[in-house]
Amino acid sequence: MQKLLNWVDERFPLTSTYKAHLSEYFAPKNFNFWYFFGSLALLVLVIQIVSGIFLTMHYKPDAALAFASVEYIMRDVDYGWLIRYIHSTGASMFFVVVYLHMFRGLIYGSYRQPRELIWVFGVIIYLVLMGEAFMGYLLPWGQMSYWGAQVIINLFSAVPFIGGALSEWIRGDYVIGDATLNRFFAFHVIALPLALLGLVVAHLVALHEVGSNNPDGVEIKKLKGADGHPLDGIPFHPYYTVKDILGTVVFLMVFAAVVFFAPEMGGYFLEANNFIPADSLKTPEHIAPVWYFTPYYAILRAIPPIFGSQFPGVAAMGIAVMIFFALPWLDKSPVKSIRYRGPKFKIALTLFVIAFIGLGILGVLPATPLYTLISQILSVVYFAFFLLMPWYTRNDSTKPVPERVTQ
Amino acid sequence: MSNLSVDPSKRRFLVTMTSAVGGVAALGVVTPFVMSMLPSARAKAAGAPIEVDLSKVEPGMQLAVEWRGKPVWVVNRTKEMLDSLSKNDPKLTDSASENTSQQPEYCKNPTRSIKPQYLIVVGICTHLGCSPSYRSEVAPADLGPDWVGGWFCPCHGSRFDLAARVFNGSPAPTNLVIPPHKYLSDTRVLIGDDQGAAA
Repeated sequence: MQKLLNWVDERFPLTSTYKAHLSEYFAPKNFNFWYFFGSLALLVLVIQIVSGIFLTMHYKPDAALAFASVEYIMRDVDYGWLIRYIHSTGASMFFVVVYLHMFRGLIYGSYRQPRELIWVFGVIIYLVLMGEAFMGYLLPWGQMSYWGAQVIINLFSAVPFIGGALSEWIRGDYVIGDATLNRFFAFHVIALPLALLGLVVAHLVALHEVGSNNPDGVEIKKLKGADGHPLDGIPFHPYYTVKDILGTVVFLMVFAAVVFFAPEMGGYFLEANNFIPADSLKTPEHIAPVWYFTPYYAILRAIPPIFGSQFPGVAAMGIAVMIFFALPWLDKSPVKSIRYRGPKFKIALTLFVIAFIGLGILGVLPATPLYTLISQILSVVYFAFFLLMPWYTRNDSTKPVPERVTQ
Repeated sequence: MSNLSVDPSKRRFLVTMTSAVGGVAALGVVTPFVMSMLPSARAKAAGAPIEVDLSKVEPGMQLAVEWRGKPVWVVNRTKEMLDSLSKNDPKLTDSASENTSQQPEYCKNPTRSIKPQYLIVVGICTHLGCSPSYRSEVAPADLGPDWVGGWFCPCHGSRFDLAARVFNGSPAPTNLVIPPHKYLSDTRVLIGDDQGAAA
């Protein structure tokens, strides 16, 4: 066996790669609950790819056949219902896990120097994931698929001057139709998953280059023992692989509970109107995007048209997502972790979380003058968190950061 | 000539030129792929005009027909409905239909129609493309006491009156679009083609 391994190692860096990324990748020893979600995101990616492959074996990307082929998967394909519900639940769980993963980055300053690129790759992954989810949602060709895509693609037509041509180019037709469905299928099953895999590799390579942050926000590489390993580091395998197995088991219990007992999640994971075939003549009475897009949708609705153009709302929505890229350079605090930050940051972060969740709730509710007003206030809070960050982080009081990680 | 020393400026020139030529080639290769995503010849050819029989539309009722994949509404407006139109004028963004891209010249009038009785309009909200709901009742609970009939967009709350003119404060920036159309007889109308009447 050892001879075989030697034979391989002389031709391919198997053992050295295993050591560099698992058995001798030293991660801080004080990881807590929040550190489950990175590996869980990877797990969900695998679940989505595997279940997706099996769905493509039966799905037909044709406007005349798509809706019926999904119903065929649900009723006639052996275990088709299970595979489809795994895929639809996986989509929502992906965002649950990714939002918690991003929140971890926010509270422990994981985006700070020297981890800016990890954060940037992560935000690109988030953007690609949004595209992936949006295009996947058109494929069942239900009412919500159709009208949701209609609204989102029309966002592009609000761009001054080139908007009309741009949205026609995206649709491949003057209305959403077979051409749109066909190309969204191509993007959903090939283009974006490939991009996603490449980005995940880049995200992990960058992470393993600089090393993981931790809840104390101290650099463990500064203090190394006689063996050259960080004093506060432990090998990822077996310590964190075992920890992540626990997270995986609990996560899969929740996942299975949703798949088997509440696959539609009361209309939040799969909307009721999407069980009606797409009808280009009738918009459903109340349309709302799937829950993971609602905060941005609420921002879009909060901004009134200015000079007879809806572009400002569309731009605000785009900036609300893109502003995450700027985070590493907006934060001027001398400390990384929330444990050593002062009250100003804690208040700002609390308000931001309230604004994000509040906008998410408002995004599924119908637009009334009162709700619009609340959305406008929360949108201001959302942007203020980012735009005022250089000030409130710079003159916030901080606690002294220890040399080594705490227990 | 055995000159082993490197000439960096020559090397830089070659790298720059190779990159530039390669970049132009890459642009050329990308072009057909980008163009392939434009509406195809078949998509452009679709969208022939359609004929609608107006006698099927009862007074006060709306008929939705499909033209170029979009809903087109034909509404038979009653006398009360037509009388209510002018009351809305102060609350509208563009009550006189000044925006010429939203209707053909022959529909730039207070009723936005050829015959006042029949409104023919593309039922796609000018905000983000939803299809508004027809709400012909007067002062329903959810739309308020001032409502005299019109359309309400369920997506983002835009409101339109019975001439498909947008109310102030709606997310939609402009009135709904009146398609080119032409009466073939008293009760038959051709939607999608006015045979040059607008010119």
